[in-house]
Amino acid sequence: MTVAGSPAVTTNVGRPFLGGRRFSLDWVGAVPYLAYVGLFLILPSVIIGIGALLDANNAFTLDNFRNLSRSYVVKATIDTTVLSAITAFLGAVFGALLAYAIVTGSPNGILRRLTISASGVLAQFGGVTLAFAFIASIGPAGFVYLFAQAHGFDFYKQDLWLFEIPGLDLVYLYFQIPLMVLVFLPALDGIKPQWREAAESLGGNTWHYWRHVAGPLLFPAFLGSVLLLFANAFSAYATANALINQGQPVLAQQIAGALSSEVGAYEPGFAKAIAIEMIIIVTLVTVLYTLLQRRTARWL
Amino acid sequence: MAVAARSIQRTRWIKLQVFRYVVFLLAAIFFLVPLGAMVEFSTRANDGSRTLDYWKAIPSYPDLTGAIAASLQLAVITSIVMLVLLVPTMVWVRLKLPRLTRIIEFMSLLPLTIPAIVLVVGLFPMYIWLNNNLSDSILTLSLAYVVLVLPYCYRAIDAGLGAIDVKTLTEAARSLGASWFTVMWRVIVPNISNAILNATLLSVALVLGEYTIANNLLYNNLQVELVHLARDNAGVSIAVAVAALLFAFALLVVLAFVGGRPRRVHDEPATALAGPLAASQT
Repeated sequence: MTVAGSPAVTTNVGRPFLGGRRFSLDWVGAVPYLAYVGLFLILPSVIIGIGALLDANNAFTLDNFRNLSRSYVVKATIDTTVLSAITAFLGAVFGALLAYAIVTGSPNGILRRLTISASGVLAQFGGVTLAFAFIASIGPAGFVYLFAQAHGFDFYKQDLWLFEIPGLDLVYLYFQIPLMVLVFLPALDGIKPQWREAAESLGGNTWHYWRHVAGPLLFPAFLGSVLLLFANAFSAYATANALINQGQPVLAQQIAGALSSEVGAYEPGFAKAIAIEMIIIVTLVTVLYTLLQRRTARWL
Repeated sequence: MAVAARSIQRTRWIKLQVFRYVVFLLAAIFFLVPLGAMVEFSTRANDGSRTLDYWKAIPSYPDLTGAIAASLQLAVITSIVMLVLLVPTMVWVRLKLPRLTRIIEFMSLLPLTIPAIVLVVGLFPMYIWLNNNLSDSILTLSLAYVVLVLPYCYRAIDAGLGAIDVKTLTEAARSLGASWFTVMWRVIVPNISNAILNATLLSVALVLGEYTIANNLLYNNLQVELVHLARDNAGVSIAVAVAALLFAFALLVVLAFVGGRPRRVHDEPATALAGPLAASQT
């Protein structure tokens, strides 16, 4: 925190209101920010870290972590992982196709600007409104369903899957695809048309070009984006909770469940242990993503 | 040979255009139908005719109007606290504490990697204490919301400060005898007004859409109330959701036009929107 020797201070032209200025008090200016972040970001993190190791009487225990092996938590972890993997993979594939359709158009075209702006909005368009949008369209009273039903295609004949995990698979794509467009577009923009010409002048056809040039170059970026989308879906809560209020199938809902006494017991220590489980998975995936991003940056 | 090559090119070009427009069409259907469906749903009477009854019924739900008022107040308070906290600190760090730049950046972007539901777990005991000792008002939520909007606002303001010469402007003003307050208020702020507007609108949009933290700290903000209400009257609930969406959309249009040029958010989509950002929203 000693900043007396920093260049900004020695070249400071302000009035010397502190006389000598050898022992600068400049750092005081950063205190409000650091105090605020310390109180509302760092302290909660510390509370989670310590609280996970305490029982109801504030004595040390590892039970909270042992309880992670409870069957419903294991099931929620697996279900959330599968859900995140499916929506990450499908979102990445569809998003990449959309991104490719964008880059092959005019670089300053209205279609490109419109799609990118819309993606910026839709990637953040989650939560309650998103759940409502799907209930209003393909829900049991939505016009798409009513239309399909009237034409002999009753897609809820077996069960009302919109309000179960398969529903989340579909609904999550609504923010996963735009997010993919945003993160994958820079990589696609980095592909130079000269590479394709080079491949063709050497006698390669389209398949050769994708298999040996563009494919290997884009693969790290694609894989990295899948990981980012995975982390995005894994930590999502609001959409799932607004759509599904039976059984808490998603891990984030299990955290919320352990915090509230409405469903089951109030187990704050256990909630913290699940929170740590979630943050470990998300951090792991994010670190892998960063490594892949670096590898992508080498070429694109 | 040349003719053959050209016709191959031509075929490929046609194929590409067909592919592009099929993709755009499917995307438009997937993304626009659910939005249109909300408008349709909120104006459909039981017999299938058009009606505005759901929209007219909005004021007759006091819990709902209360929640709307609370969310709007939260948006205003959060934006003000965020600006007061972030702008002077970032200017000061640029001028006097360049060594802290990395720390401030790291801390500001940290909330992107922490899912909102995880943050709630840590905030829970703090809010119990807050409720018992200081205040149980819903407006205390803005304390947590400032952290939530921090990464987005940090980037917006950082972009604004990066585009002007903070040091020279400050030195000029100081050498003419301006106080630090005058420097901030009459030199820096007017020069980064676009960035400040950008940050404010982003935080307003985020706060109006926030559900996770409010729901788990047991406060009834707009989104929480919408979920409650949807169980009784889905039509009214969806009508309000449409209204909130249109409001957020209007803010974004303002954002796009007042700036007069493409915003940084779109210039750097990968960094601006990467990270498990949907944690706050989804």
